[in-house]
Amino acid sequence: MAKHKPSRNRSILYIILWVLVLVMLFAVLLRGADIRMLNPKGAVAQGELGLMIYSTVVLLAITIPTLFFLYFFAWKYRESNTKAAYDPNKKHGKFFVFGLWAIPVAFMLVLAPVMWIGTHELAPQKSIVSNNKALTVQVIAMRWKWLFIYPEQNIATVNFVQVPVNTPVEFDLTADDSPMSSFWVPHWGGQLYAMTGMTNRLNLMPTTTGDSEGSSAEINGEGFAGMKFTARASSQQDFDSWVLGVKQSPNMLDMVEYERLLKPSENNPSALYARADADLYDTVVMKYMGSHDHQMGHE
Amino acid sequence: MKEFLIGRLSMEALPHEWFTIGGSVFFGGLIIALAILLTVTKRWGWLWKEWLTSVDPKKIGIMYFIVAGFMLIARGGLEALMMWLQQALGSSDMPGFLGATHGYLSAEHFQQIFTAHGNIMVFFVAMGFIFGLINYIVPLQIGARDLASPFLNTLGFWLYVAGVVMVNMFFFVGGEYAATGWLAVAPLSGAEFSPGTGMDYLIWSLQISGIGTTLGAINFIMTILRMRAPGMTLWKMPAFTWGSLCSMVMAVTVFPLLTATLFLIFFDRYFDTHFFTTTLGGNAMMYTNLIWMWGHPEVYILVLPAYGLFTEIVSTFSRKKLASYTSNIIGLIGVSLFALSVWLHHFFTMGAGADINAFFGVMTMFIAIPTTVLVFTWIATMRGGRIRFTTPMLWFLGFIAVFTFGGVTGVMLAVPPADFQFHNSLFLVAHFHSNVIGGVLFGVFAGITYWFPKMSGFRLNERIGRYAFWCWMIGFSLSFIPMYIVGLMGATRRLDTYDAASGWQPFYVLMLIGGIVIAVGVALQLVQIIASVIQKRRLHDPTGDPWGGRSLEWSVPSPAPSYNFATIPQVTSRDAYWEMKERGIPARTYEDIHMPKNTASGIYISIFAFFVGFGLVWHINWLAIVSLIGAIVCVIVRTFNDDTEYTITAAEVEKMEKAKLAKTQAQHAEKDTGPDEDMGLIEFVKLVIIWALNVVRTRQWRNR
Repeated sequence: MAKHKPSRNRSILYIILWVLVLVMLFAVLLRGADIRMLNPKGAVAQGELGLMIYSTVVLLAITIPTLFFLYFFAWKYRESNTKAAYDPNKKHGKFFVFGLWAIPVAFMLVLAPVMWIGTHELAPQKSIVSNNKALTVQVIAMRWKWLFIYPEQNIATVNFVQVPVNTPVEFDLTADDSPMSSFWVPHWGGQLYAMTGMTNRLNLMPTTTGDSEGSSAEINGEGFAGMKFTARASSQQDFDSWVLGVKQSPNMLDMVEYERLLKPSENNPSALYARADADLYDTVVMKYMGSHDHQMGHE
Repeated sequence: MKEFLIGRLSMEALPHEWFTIGGSVFFGGLIIALAILLTVTKRWGWLWKEWLTSVDPKKIGIMYFIVAGFMLIARGGLEALMMWLQQALGSSDMPGFLGATHGYLSAEHFQQIFTAHGNIMVFFVAMGFIFGLINYIVPLQIGARDLASPFLNTLGFWLYVAGVVMVNMFFFVGGEYAATGWLAVAPLSGAEFSPGTGMDYLIWSLQISGIGTTLGAINFIMTILRMRAPGMTLWKMPAFTWGSLCSMVMAVTVFPLLTATLFLIFFDRYFDTHFFTTTLGGNAMMYTNLIWMWGHPEVYILVLPAYGLFTEIVSTFSRKKLASYTSNIIGLIGVSLFALSVWLHHFFTMGAGADINAFFGVMTMFIAIPTTVLVFTWIATMRGGRIRFTTPMLWFLGFIAVFTFGGVTGVMLAVPPADFQFHNSLFLVAHFHSNVIGGVLFGVFAGITYWFPKMSGFRLNERIGRYAFWCWMIGFSLSFIPMYIVGLMGATRRLDTYDAASGWQPFYVLMLIGGIVIAVGVALQLVQIIASVIQKRRLHDPTGDPWGGRSLEWSVPSPAPSYNFATIPQVTSRDAYWEMKERGIPARTYEDIHMPKNTASGIYISIFAFFVGFGLVWHINWLAIVSLIGAIVCVIVRTFNDDTEYTITAAEVEKMEKAKLAKTQAQHAEKDTGPDEDMGLIEFVKLVIIWALNVVRTRQWRNR
């Protein structure tokens, strides 16, 4: 039998020191940092954060005691501690087995109903209840830029989206000539995929004014890292005057301009369009739903 | 005509970029060096007869370790460091080198690297190690002399090797790998958005090795169900064998799905069909669905054997019976059943309704129940034990620390609304690395250290093993805690460059530093093996039972003889060998043993399979068709070969056993002149320098 040195308690000290070093290191690095998921600026992100915190608390309530007992027993029943009881053939009763299963089941029963309700409350398809009338923004993911169309305002933008604060926004997501992309503004709420030939609706409602970063969270080719946009929430007044300003823009989103946008390009700057084709979005969605013959004719 | 002969091959396919030239020189040089070494030492025949054509699961297991370990260091690990270096340099205010805008890798190249990293780590490192362990240990644990179908096993191994060659082939021919992410989700992986051959290499390396996995899994299910020693009922099997059985059943269930999915995407690319295209009625979402139906169970296929071996390590080093064996095993089975019904949680964000998302969220959470039961049984086993902190036990304690992170964040990710935020962020990436590194890789390290004496006849150096362990732990915390944090800050995965204003750069730099510390840990593990070989007399295991083991593998001498058991043991209880030791080991009676003969059919079939894939990657149809016919002919010829076994007579067995015993005793009696403790790093370096000086002084190379 191999001889082993008894464990030294110094290693426990080193571990505690190392944890302290890490805590201090991250405390310094995170000073003033914007941890977007923990710093929500929208109703949906707020709700999602609530569920994150709830599940973390429930899980820590089971893992901290578990870890404590595991490491405590590892230390207490170490080979060099001959004072500890040693019972190599210990038998466990029914009560033990019951506890073994009942504890995790109980914790999951605490977690599961809240999760079930939360999933339905925060479903991306679900309209957000508010006194303000919802704004619709149609989003087309392209390689590698985001096109936003405001059907009611009859304007369009690229890689920039502005919405009034505390107003529900219905983002209708689709894609054109692009692999799956994922529309994500972490400050406002979770992501949803934008795919060709179909619409996914994502309901969001920013509650704080200011600029946020948006991106494609799903890889979709070479220009993926640069497929970012600015998401701005402003007061209703500012939004209205911004819309009026865009309407003064010399650019128009007609089919020629759309075909130009459709060509793959990377790190696109934002752009504003005074007028957009009213049924452009529907045309883009239907483009992929056509029959076989229609498709062949199109090509 | 040219198109018929060489398909799409052209001069441009030859290496001409720095990384393809580097890879070709490295792999080519290695092959040439090995060939020279084998020729000079006249070892070709030995290699072929003793190793390559062997059907002994113990030798195949070791070959799995060598290939998987090589892939871990030369590809997967190196790629991890390359990615972290790029991300540390990839801030938008940093200059670019080698044609990149920021950092040193172009977006395309970076995307190829993370795709290859994922494929290699899962298919060729983790699967290789797990199959190696199962090959070596399961027959010994169940008291079997060989496998139900030794041929199927070599075929599975060689198909895995063909996959390894295929995944490295682009260095020599083609110059690009897929840039799609490891699961190559459609339509990005279709012909429209990924027209190059990189994606075809991905399809065929996974396809060929995946078929090998299916065959290997069928074989191990048959072996475990049909070839156990008399008296070993299912409820007396050791935990590692149970974990392997669950894992292999899952593999047989889901790997055919992978095969089918890869065929469909291949049809889309090769025959212009429209299963997953955006146009003409294709449905790309179906690819995501199918691939995850395989992909989620896959990670549990990897981790279940690790759960099993940790159970045995805890029990052995606590010198105590496993607390509630039944709960532990039902826990393993429960994990494998739940794991088959949760795949949708990988795409909550694709737009399914709340009912579907909530159902799969709940199912995912329920996996935590059997997993927690497993942890509880480990704790209860340690309580009232006598715990020795050997390196396998340290890996277990480290596994718990890391895996808890992974488990907690896993349940957080299972909450669909939270997942809408976490999905595709670095938080998710840190989560699954916690599970795969903490669970699978630490499990493999623990298992290899634990069973190393059984494989080699001597233990591994404990001291350097501890250093390696602490490097891994420190490196892991430096790499992956920042990854969780930067994920919460909104960093998506797979970014080669990011806005300097985001403030993410210091975290990426920390990840790189952590990666370097882990690399030091890996280097120390290699040093550990070399130092153990130097000191092998001191670490010698004369009894075959260095740890006070509990299951049957410890009842045979180390290293295990080719036939495993001279006498098939009679099993009466769980912890069969512990029981034998308490009651007295029964006297041996020798009998004739039938053993399978070596075969090279697996190698030939795999070479043909490789060329089927290679032909289809490059659209060389004649090569694919000829190779396919060749593979089928090889299989048919093999099935008509009745002469597949040979007999070792009882007298020969007795002679071998006695010779082995005498040799072991002689070795043990030899006085060990080395230091009386496991050597540390300083002694190791000293010894290496002395050895090198000695070689220079005596000009040993001339005498050869």
